[in-house]
Formats: sequence, C-alpha cells, structure tokens
Amino acid sequence: MFPPIANPKAEAVAPKFGEQDLIRRSASTITPAAKRQTEVAKLIDVSKCIGCKACQVACLEWNNLVEEVGINVGVYDNPHDLTPNTWTLMRYTEYENPESGNLEWLIRKDGCMHCEDPGCLKACPSPGAIVQYSNGIVDFVKDNCIGCGYCVKGCPFNIPRISKVDYKAYKCTLCSDRVAVGQGPACQKACPTQAIVFGTKDEMKQWADKRIKDLKSRGFENAGLYDPPGVQGTHVMYVLQHADKPQIYAGLPNNPTISPIVELWKGLTKYAGLAAIGAFAAIGFLHHIVSGPNRVSAEDEQAAKRLAGGQ
Amino acid sequence: MSRSEVAPGDGVHPGDPVVVDRYTTGARINHWITAASLVLLALSGLALFHPSLFFLSGLFGGGSTTRMIHPWIGVVLFFSFLGLFFRFWKLNLWERTDNVWMGRLRDVLTGHDENLPEVGKYNAGQKMVFWSMSLLIIVLITSGVVIWDQYFSEYFTITQKRIAVLIHAIAAITAICVWIVHVYAAIWVRGTISAMTRGKVTGGWAWRHHRKWLKELVTGRT
Repeated sequence: MFPPIANPKAEAVAPKFGEQDLIRRSASTITPAAKRQTEVAKLIDVSKCIGCKACQVACLEWNNLVEEVGINVGVYDNPHDLTPNTWTLMRYTEYENPESGNLEWLIRKDGCMHCEDPGCLKACPSPGAIVQYSNGIVDFVKDNCIGCGYCVKGCPFNIPRISKVDYKAYKCTLCSDRVAVGQGPACQKACPTQAIVFGTKDEMKQWADKRIKDLKSRGFENAGLYDPPGVQGTHVMYVLQHADKPQIYAGLPNNPTISPIVELWKGLTKYAGLAAIGAFAAIGFLHHIVSGPNRVSAEDEQAAKRLAGGQ
Repeated sequence: MSRSEVAPGDGVHPGDPVVVDRYTTGARINHWITAASLVLLALSGLALFHPSLFFLSGLFGGGSTTRMIHPWIGVVLFFSFLGLFFRFWKLNLWERTDNVWMGRLRDVLTGHDENLPEVGKYNAGQKMVFWSMSLLIIVLITSGVVIWDQYFSEYFTITQKRIAVLIHAIAAITAICVWIVHVYAAIWVRGTISAMTRGKVTGGWAWRHHRKWLKELVTGRT
C-alpha cells in the first residue's frame, strides 16, 4: 500500500505555491520562477481501478460542481463525455485480448494530464488565463479566460470544455487548492483501491515501477508507464496493462504531441504575420517618400475640359 | 468593340474643373459600412492573434466581448461586401489590357501614367484588390464559422477547427496587407478619396487614371 497522505490539521496553512512559482503564463513573457518546486504527479493505475466512480463524485463535490441528469445509452460512461462540470470521467472499454482470448474491462479515468509542455497554454491568446506552476500543475484562471476555445484546439488530449453558461473554459485543476496546503487531489483521496495515488513525480515513477513489475509477473508482458515524451511528460500518469497499445484505452493517444498545425499557427504565422503587415506599411511609406504623390496636373484638367467641352 | 466601362450613376459635368460622378450614394454607404467593419475586424482579430496586441481588446470592452463581437462584425462585413461585389464585379472582370498594365508596373509605381494603356473604370491593381478581397472574405467567413464555438462548436472536429484557425489567421493577415495596398493607393493617387467621400472626382483625375472610362462617359458610346 502506498502511504496515505495525512489528514490536514484544523488550523489554516499558508499556500505552498502561488503567483511567484509560475514557469509559464499564457500570452505573456514572464521570468520563470528561479527555483523549481518538486514536481508533483498523480498516478492512475488502470489495473487497480474497479470503476466505482468515487473519484468522479469526489471531484464534483470538492469543486462544487453539479452535472445534469443524463440519458443511459447502454454504456457505463456517465456522462458520455467530459463537460464543463465533469472534469474527470471514467471511460469503460470492453477489450477482447486477441492473445489470451480474455475479455478485459479497461477503465480509464480521463481528465487533464497536466502536460509539461501544455498545448492549451501555448494556444491561449489571453494573458494569464492559463498558468503553469513550477510543480507542474497547469491551471486555468477563470477571471482571465475569454472563452475563445483556443485551448480546446491546442490540447492533444481533447480535455478543456467551454461552458455554455458563462463561456469560460474548464478542466481538472489537479486540485491545486488542495495541493497548495499539502493535500492530495480529491479523486485520489476518494479512491478505495489506491488506483489513484499522488506524490512527487519521482515517487510516482518508483511506485509505478513496482506496479509494473507486479503486472508483468502476472502475465501482462507489455505493462508500462504512460508518461508521454511528446509533451515532455505529464503530471498525471497511467499504469497500463498494455502500454504498447494506449489507444485501446478509450482512445488514449499513442504518442501525443502538440499538433503541428497549432505549432505553425502559434509559431511562424504569428511572427511572419505581423512582419508582413509591418512590411506592407513600411513599403507604402517608403514609396511615398521616394516617388512622392501621384498628382493630377493642370494639363490633365485642361485635356478633360477639351474632351468634355467637345461633346 | 469592348464592353462598356460605365456603371449606372456614372456621369460627367462640363465646367471648370470638369466633375465626374464615380460612385452613387448607395455605393458609398455600402463601401463605408464595409470599411468600418473591416477595420473593427482587424483590430479585434489582431487582439486575439498576437499577445502584444491583446490590449486592443480594450477597445471592445475586454477579451470576452471581443471574442463575442468579432464574428458578428464578420457577418456584417460578409453581407456588406456581398453588396459591393454585386455592384462592382462586372467592371472588375479581367481584360487583356490589364496584362499590359501589370507588365508596366514600374511605370505605375513611378507615376508615369502616360506610358500605360488607357484604363476603364478600374485598373488592373484595383481589380486585383477586388478579387483578392472577394476570395479572402469567402475564406474568412467559412473558416470563421468553423471556429465560431459559441454556436457551431459541436458541428466540427478539433482537427477541422485547428486547420480553420490557421487558415483564418493567414487569410486575415493577407486581407490586412491587401487593405494596406488599397488604402495606400487611395492616398498616393491624389484626388481619389473624394470618389468615396463625395462620389465625385475631377475630370483631370479621370483623364489621367481612367481615360477610357472618361472618354466613354463623354461620348456616351457603348
């Protein structure tokens, strides 16, 4: 058993991180915090998940969210997708293992992965609407969000959702408010099987190694850790029984990266675009200086008079 | 004989100087609605395009209202430009002499209008502005709908939206560059702006820059 995080003391505690610990801020140039805090991570062990949805309930409860009553279409996923109120969602997949012939029930807790290289933050046009703390947490700052949906286009995991009520973007915060006072995320606290554990990223990797060894000893040869290098790793990681095939877990991307289209839009286009506008204006200005205005001469007016008078 | 270069409402009034009617009141109102919406679109769009220009969102009451209002101005621009398109498309059809004009771009840029072929109501440069704006506005409204999440988010995939947002940005930058050419040409060629403010130009201006148009207006032939 992973040592549980102790319950909080009754007296108030000062937050362990804040504005001074930012390493990235959307649409802003900032000096990243000089000293990085220990990176934190949430480890989701899919092989231990029993699909009870306690994590989903805990998330709604802690974040004071209410989900609409939905419709049953014959699957366990409820609601059917992430929403502005459902920041984490159990996705159930019935997988027929072609090697063993077994039916495996793969249950993946979907939600923000807290990428080390966050595509949402890169795409965001509003200064300070998305921030990344030095401990790795990527957080949305509601007051600065303008609801444009660029984060949705930037995210390699299809996580952010825009509310139709207040037109702000929502996603898992990794319970940054709880982590700031030394607690683990609400979902982790609620998990009855320790399928969700929380700690420093190093601790989580070590714990994952143990779990992977255990899974391999039980015949899951390809068990492994999902900490995708395409986004420079994530601060939510999975232990997968079949780490060679992430896509069987309800479409978990095999090798997620920020889309090259987004990179082009937020990279070259952004700079070349402004340069082109500046160049056109500058050329116009120079042309006027060099060749002067194109004026109508007195002769032109005379010629017109002769022409018009002759009708 | 080539096509008529005269549009309804064009006319010539002998006098000193000769006054030529170039744009009707309707065309001018139509033009200025388009112009105002294009400028507002550029300002609000640039605010969302580059962080260093985000402050422009203040002109629209903040980031959220900028995000909300920009597409609606786009709708105004689309329909307003559609009006201009139907007014002007015919005389903007490309003709053989336009190639000659383009071939003598050096004379154009140095103001040697005497070396250029006689021009109808629009020269090749104006025609290029017209057609590129027509094309760009179609691209912009189409890609714009794809990324108008407030109403259309569920109709398109994320990949489609990524492509659309990139195309929208590139088309918008191009449109702003075309707009710079358009505005600069109107300033550089003195006597042009009154065509869009009062609807009239002087006979000398028409003689110098659009002689074929003026001649046809005077002789009344088609």
